[in-house]
Amino acid sequence: MKILIVGGGMGGTILANNLARRLNGELKSGGARITMLSASDKHMYQPGLLYLAVGRMTPDELYRDQAGLLEPGIEFHVDPAEEFQLDHNRVKTKSGKLYDYDTLVIATGSRMYPEGIPGLAEHAETFYTEASALKMFKRLQEFQGGRVVIAVGVPHKCPMAPLEITFMLHDYFKDRGLGDKVQLHYTYPINRIHSLENVAKWAAPEFDRLGIAYETFFNIKEVDGKNQILRSEEGAEIKYDLLIAIPAHKGMEVIEKNGLGQNGWIPTDRQKLNMEGRKNVFVLGDTTNIPISKAGSTAHFEADTLGENIAAMVKMGTPVRDYDGKVFCFIEAGKDRATYAMFNYQNPPDPKAPTKAVHWFKMAYNKLYWVSARGLL
Amino acid sequence: MPGKTVVDARGSFCPGPLMELIAALKSCQVGDELEVLSTDRGSANDIPEWVRKVGHEHLATHVEAGVWHITVRKAK
Ligand SMILES: Cc1cc2nc3c(=O)[nH]c(=O)nc-3n(C[C@H](O)[C@H](O)[C@H](O)COP(=O)(O)OP(=O)(O)OC[C@H]3O[C@@H](n4cnc5c(N)ncnc54)[C@H](O)[C@@H]3O)c2cc1C
Repeated sequence: MKILIVGGGMGGTILANNLARRLNGELKSGGARITMLSASDKHMYQPGLLYLAVGRMTPDELYRDQAGLLEPGIEFHVDPAEEFQLDHNRVKTKSGKLYDYDTLVIATGSRMYPEGIPGLAEHAETFYTEASALKMFKRLQEFQGGRVVIAVGVPHKCPMAPLEITFMLHDYFKDRGLGDKVQLHYTYPINRIHSLENVAKWAAPEFDRLGIAYETFFNIKEVDGKNQILRSEEGAEIKYDLLIAIPAHKGMEVIEKNGLGQNGWIPTDRQKLNMEGRKNVFVLGDTTNIPISKAGSTAHFEADTLGENIAAMVKMGTPVRDYDGKVFCFIEAGKDRATYAMFNYQNPPDPKAPTKAVHWFKMAYNKLYWVSARGLL
Repeated sequence: MPGKTVVDARGSFCPGPLMELIAALKSCQVGDELEVLSTDRGSANDIPEWVRKVGHEHLATHVEAGVWHITVRKAK
């Protein structure tokens, strides 16, 4: 079986390594072949961007060479997919090559899309790319006081990042002795401060306790950079001194261009993870349209399921289990305390009071990630 | 005659249907009616609440075979 994985991020890498281990014999005998196409020779640990934005990680700590993370036997090419010719079971790449497959996995991720809102890209700080996180940190260093607005659009990857950055900014300014000169003001599009109800119930009293203001049903409409005003679709206005945005996301352009899914989200079966209407195309991670968090852990647990299923299809002609919607997210609740949310399709999360121990576990995971990407954890 | 736009958000979960309504409202005229189809119970509560807050009109909600039909008029 020829397995083609498009995307060498969290989901694609964990799946490729998982499969290479399970299909070790078949790879040697020629019964299976695993090829990965990616857009970069580097692998970024994206959760590190949150720390980069507040000066607690440096850019080099975010990267490893992609080839070095992959099990021997996986063919890896930096050659982005441009055309998905699903009726012919092949993918055409930027270099003009055609890659044919028996089984295709699409794991091209998602990206923030500030361009969708007038003024947002020009006037808001963000931290969803290396360059923007670095720029944000420099702005923070210069900032001496005033109203910091943290404005959230949906959907976005990393469900906890808006809360985490808010808690971390609170501690960052406190440590700089600016606690009483800075007012944090958080906005969220629906009628509570997080889309997961129990997370919202946990976070709102924490915000109250720390004096963080919040406004709900606030859908960002435009940013008036000249007057430093953020306006909402609901007709509200907030004056800001520093605007930090988590802009709504889209999937990759290549997905939309190929008509695989509106806004780059591919219609995907929630349990089997195949693309709707295609038996031999699977979708993994941020680019699915599955109504759960777009998180690395989602990509990880989906990759575990798909690894087992695709290997079983090679060995016995049938998949063996369903994805149950499992997600696990740490939630940094400041500079040295954290909690977590674990949930699946059936059971909602129930975050507990933050502790130092969970924070240190997250710090350890920031290093352990590289073991996890190799498919070992 | 003002038109009626159907926003088919079936299969989409909170906050998806509300986001789809907001996007659809942008391309409608004042006076237009929009009917949101949603299979998400939470959105059936959130959408009328949002509509009231913003000052549009919530005309009706009914459920048919597990699908909520939420009708809204763009008022401004
Ligand atoms: C600031 C921040 C904090 C985060 N914190 C957390 C956290 O604490 N916990 C958590 O679980 N998640 C977190 N995440 C989310 C997590 O990083 C993503 O959900 C995860 O990376 C998704 O995995 P993926 O495989 O779908 O996509 P990605 O990891 O983004 O990988 C996509 C891959 O596709 C490749 N690609 C793109 N286009 C093409 C193409 N045309 N052809 C071939 N390859 C292509 C890219 O080069 C990349 O290798 C965070 C993200 C950010 C930005």
